[in-house]
Amino acid sequence: MTNAAIPRDPASPPVLCREGSRRWLAGVCAGIGVRYGIDLLLVRIAFVLATLAGGLGAAVYALLWLVLPAGPSAAVGDSRAVRRPRTGPASVKVALGVGLLLLSVLLTSRELGLWFSDALVWPLVLVATGGALIWRQSLGAPSGPPATPSPAPDAVPTRPGAREPRAAPAIESARRRLSAVSRTSLGVVLVVGAGLAFLQSLGALSLARDVVLAALVVAAVLAVILAPWIIRLARSLSTERAERIRSEERAEMAAHVHDSVLQTLALMQKRADEPREVASLARRQERELRSWLSRQTATPGSERLLQAALRDAAEEVESEHGVTVEVVAVGDAELEPRTEALVAAAREAIVNAAKFGGGSAVDVYVEASGGRVHAFVRDRGPGFDPAAVPADRRGVRESIVGRMERQGGRARISSSAGTGTEVELLLEPSAR
Amino acid sequence: MSLPRVAIVDDHHLFRAGVRSELDGLVDIVGDAAGVADAAELIASTRPEVVLLDVHMPDGGGVEVIRRTAQAHPDVRFLALSVSDAAEDVIAVIRAGARGYVTKTISGADLADAVERIREGDAVFSPRLAGFVLDAFAGTPAPTRDPAAPSDLDQLTPREREVLQHIARGYMYKEIALRLEISAKTVEAHVTSVLRKLQLSSRHELSAWAVERRLLEP
Repeated sequence: MTNAAIPRDPASPPVLCREGSRRWLAGVCAGIGVRYGIDLLLVRIAFVLATLAGGLGAAVYALLWLVLPAGPSAAVGDSRAVRRPRTGPASVKVALGVGLLLLSVLLTSRELGLWFSDALVWPLVLVATGGALIWRQSLGAPSGPPATPSPAPDAVPTRPGAREPRAAPAIESARRRLSAVSRTSLGVVLVVGAGLAFLQSLGALSLARDVVLAALVVAAVLAVILAPWIIRLARSLSTERAERIRSEERAEMAAHVHDSVLQTLALMQKRADEPREVASLARRQERELRSWLSRQTATPGSERLLQAALRDAAEEVESEHGVTVEVVAVGDAELEPRTEALVAAAREAIVNAAKFGGGSAVDVYVEASGGRVHAFVRDRGPGFDPAAVPADRRGVRESIVGRMERQGGRARISSSAGTGTEVELLLEPSAR
Repeated sequence: MSLPRVAIVDDHHLFRAGVRSELDGLVDIVGDAAGVADAAELIASTRPEVVLLDVHMPDGGGVEVIRRTAQAHPDVRFLALSVSDAAEDVIAVIRAGARGYVTKTISGADLADAVERIREGDAVFSPRLAGFVLDAFAGTPAPTRDPAAPSDLDQLTPREREVLQHIARGYMYKEIALRLEISAKTVEAHVTSVLRKLQLSSRHELSAWAVERRLLEP
């Protein structure tokens, strides 16, 4: 908010605000002058005269100072004005302040023997308070809640886990809107009450009652006639909104299908004479599409969990070795050194199953609950005798058994000719 | 034994043709249908023993087909066949009355085997379905090991849990029987009992899945 803010679009009509560049005090007179094209000097003279003739000028000046937002140029010299008009609970205090200020001015002038009567003083105070409340509210509202800017709905990423974070700002903003509405209505009540009190004191209310009655009847009649239209309008607005959301989703879907699925299909057509390649392409695309559909892909930078890590490992092995790996997972766990070791060991077991399993599908099952992680990797290959594995074959001994034991876990390999091989990995809850 | 009479319900033409050719000679295919209304008609007119049912179809999917026909034809059994990975889809169609769930990548021989078992009144659980069930029933250990005690619909017995874990690990029923030293019939009985619990239990997870699914259904 520096010089960049000064040159405003000359086409846009100037709004009433405090003008900082030519201010004496708070820029109220300058603002009025700019807005209505009156000579600045005349405005100031008018204010001074009004002040001398009973203090009204000072009161109005103070009121405008509080109510008017700071203009863009005011931001340069007036660091206070960088803040937007306070719309939060502070606006209630501001409104009360305005009311009390005016009250004090009016009472003072009455003491001095000026022409205000009680019938005028109290309604005026009420009007000032309520008016300040409403003005602050409606002038501040379009620029959005200043304290915590909530993200635009479009900016909310359609990621897994986005559901919860999305709910919080929604509730927050709904609550803020609600309290804003209640503040505004408080202001309205004050102003209307002041008007009624004024009329009451003048005795004009009995006349007004008939008018009000007539107006109420007319309003009721109109409501009955117009209700269907209004309801239909509201409904069509909401369907329109739903339609827009749907079409956005469709566009996202189309973009994704184009980027991934169509590319893969094109690739598969080119490699049509290599069935193994085609199968692995199809499988990889299937996985990718599935994870996109269920939005299970871990977002970069976010915390990864055991299931996702294991699925990633399985997927890697699958595309490297062209063997189908089915992962079934129950429960989930944090990724910490122990579970990471388990994932690494499981990956090694999957690689072995893919290499020596004779091309059979590999079943991976992992169950995690209460700190206990139990994983199985199974193939239906020819099997082998674990005792007969030479000691220099580091694969099984180091990467699977050793890795698990270093973490206080356990690995067991059962295999026999004809039934395939199963590697069992177990982590008990750490006894800390 | 005669070949099982099978109807195929799937809105995907290529897939129907593929299943037809894969099952050729293994089962007796009495017809196929591409939508919910067609399926209801086909089932009423041909009375198949087993219906291979796609979970995702326009107008309500497999759940709707079962809803429309199960009452009038209680002897028709359904096997859900899906590419869906979503637990709520699978659980919803099981709760509607399907007796099993297999993925569409299943081989022809395995599918024929599954059809045969469904015809005999058994339940067919794929490893993935077993995983879903274990997930849904997680966190409540069965209070009693006494087999005579009336089984609580909301909980799995330790034995059922064990059988499901083996299915999830990729074991066939016969292999499970061997490993647990029980008969294959007992394994079948456990799986069928789990299916019953799955269909009748009011466990929060299961109803939540089903409700979610129905809300998503257009």
